[in-house]
Amino acid sequence: MMAEQSARKGRMLTMLIAGAFLLLVSMLASILYGLRIFGLRDLWQAYSAFDGSTEHLILTNTRVPRTLIAAIVGASLAMAGAIMQVLTKNGLASPSLFGINSGASLFVVAALVMGGGAFALKQLIWFAFIGAAAAAVLVFALGSSGSRIEPSRLALAGASIAAFGTSMTSGLILVNKQSLDDALFWMIGSVSGRSLEHLELVLPYIGTGMLCCMLVARALNVMALGEENAMGLGMRMKYVQMVSAAAVILLAGSAVSVAGPIAFVGLVVPHLCRAVTGNDHRWLLPYCAVAGAILLVTADTLSRFIVPGKEIPVGIATAIIGVPFLIRVARRKKDA
Amino acid sequence: MLNAKRKQTAIVVLLVLLALAVAFISLSIGSVSVPLPEVLTALLTNGGGESGMIVTGFRLPRVIAAMLVGASLAVAGALLQGVLRNPLASPDVLGVTGGASVSVVAFMTLTTGLSIHWVPFIAVAGAMATGSLVYILAWRKGVSPYRMIIIGIGISTAAGAMTTLLLISGPAYLAAQVLNWTTGSLYGTNWSYVSMLWPWVALLIPLSLLCARELNVQALGEETAVGLGSRLQLSRFFALLFSVSLAGVAVGVAGALSFIGLLAPHMVRALVGHSYRLLLPASAAAGAIILLLADLAGRMLFQPLDIPAGVFTAGVGTPFFLYLLFRKRRGGLRG
Repeated sequence: MMAEQSARKGRMLTMLIAGAFLLLVSMLASILYGLRIFGLRDLWQAYSAFDGSTEHLILTNTRVPRTLIAAIVGASLAMAGAIMQVLTKNGLASPSLFGINSGASLFVVAALVMGGGAFALKQLIWFAFIGAAAAAVLVFALGSSGSRIEPSRLALAGASIAAFGTSMTSGLILVNKQSLDDALFWMIGSVSGRSLEHLELVLPYIGTGMLCCMLVARALNVMALGEENAMGLGMRMKYVQMVSAAAVILLAGSAVSVAGPIAFVGLVVPHLCRAVTGNDHRWLLPYCAVAGAILLVTADTLSRFIVPGKEIPVGIATAIIGVPFLIRVARRKKDA
Repeated sequence: MLNAKRKQTAIVVLLVLLALAVAFISLSIGSVSVPLPEVLTALLTNGGGESGMIVTGFRLPRVIAAMLVGASLAVAGALLQGVLRNPLASPDVLGVTGGASVSVVAFMTLTTGLSIHWVPFIAVAGAMATGSLVYILAWRKGVSPYRMIIIGIGISTAAGAMTTLLLISGPAYLAAQVLNWTTGSLYGTNWSYVSMLWPWVALLIPLSLLCARELNVQALGEETAVGLGSRLQLSRFFALLFSVSLAGVAVGVAGALSFIGLLAPHMVRALVGHSYRLLLPASAAAGAIILLLADLAGRMLFQPLDIPAGVFTAGVGTPFFLYLLFRKRRGGLRG
């Protein structure tokens, strides 16, 4: 029994390391390939002997930032999605179900309507983050009775708040058509056109969110078994739920503020990873981080090549890569 | 117990009456307001005079279409939530809306010179095709709720991606037109839409009601249902077929309206309880009310603009839903 467990542990660790390696390769590919193709030497020189040439500027100001943003946003969304699915006990849950995406969109569009063109991307990031957090806190409050979250109630409160936010946003856009173009840039969801400065704004929050995740990972295992079991084992549900909700808000809120609403990653990656790790969140969460990063980085790279001469929204490419895996995982799963 | 049931039945009747009342009021108000007695005369005499023309020629088809579409979407959602045993299920999850959207957008971008009147049929075909694709891919010695949901999400995401891809490679003016369609609108609905819609609804909603007993049994869990003699796969197939068809024709006429299919069933669950016998008709009435109100708001609030009803479905429905959620705080609202 013991030997079996440590063998499993070894296997999990090996696969995680292999995943991390794959992530590095995909990040390198994302930095080097695009409309202009670079070699490893160019990358080295861009940092060791920067000469201000267009090539070096593209590498340091465009490619490297968007690759890092894609990796971190992908990882955050996937981890947040995994936690949402435990909190609501529903495989259909994702960070957008917490109202995060629609809250962020609503605040950004409202800011654009009221402030005209006065806001730069840097300010919009704050509006988005506040909107995401406000919506999530509202959903959290509506979805709990007493001070404990009720899974199905949380899911429904989230679904309706998300729908409400979306409808308010479309209303604002329809009434004030001028804000549409500015808003659309943000609402499509993309990792390009952002700089490292934008990422630095939210990095502390993402770091805290990931820490929260790992703190509650073991407790989530018990929670996944059902509330009665968790209480029976003397778990402080309230505390675990609060920390988990905070983690979702920090991770998904930051990701959405930087990259706009990217929906599919947070939903699909936890399902893919669960096929490997099972319901052990101590493994599931790091796996999600790595796989989410790989998915978004690869999708971003692919989005430069699907339509020649034109970049397509990264959401299309995540679907192209993710959907076949998702269908395969669903069909292979035995017991459901 | 008996008393509670009588009360719940009364609520269903009340909801249906409320839907009719809202419809009646919708006929009277608009850019030209027609007093209620004149509305009644127009309905009885089949549209004499100018105000009669407005009522029976323009408003009545739109109001009837709103009721039929709202009711269809809500029943489709309730059926799906029952079959998939997931409170978050809605026609969107099975790719019905996504499939309809992608086929409509493909039709608009790839073909030229074909009449716009084909759009409803294209949408229905797209919805049915995606629904069947999900069903086939989820089939492995039967379909299971888990596989249906996960594969449904995959397919509808893929459909969404294809829609965006077609949009950005097509001409720019189409984007606005398509956005209008994907929000869901009843603008320009005339009698020909109604005559296309009502036979389906008149056939499918009664058939859906026949599923009620089966859904009640399945709510007890798969083993129990089989133990009670339920033919699980067969009844799942029919419930899914009715649901996808209802949502398909609704989306065909009114575009990709979200919200009603997901949340109308939950609203009435808080009022009439969990038995599908009452839940299905109550959902139909609630769906009709929500869409009537949303369409009314779209016509009235920003005159002379006619805002798509889809913008207001959540706006009309959410406050009421949250009130129910809040009221039920102690009782616990189960999916």
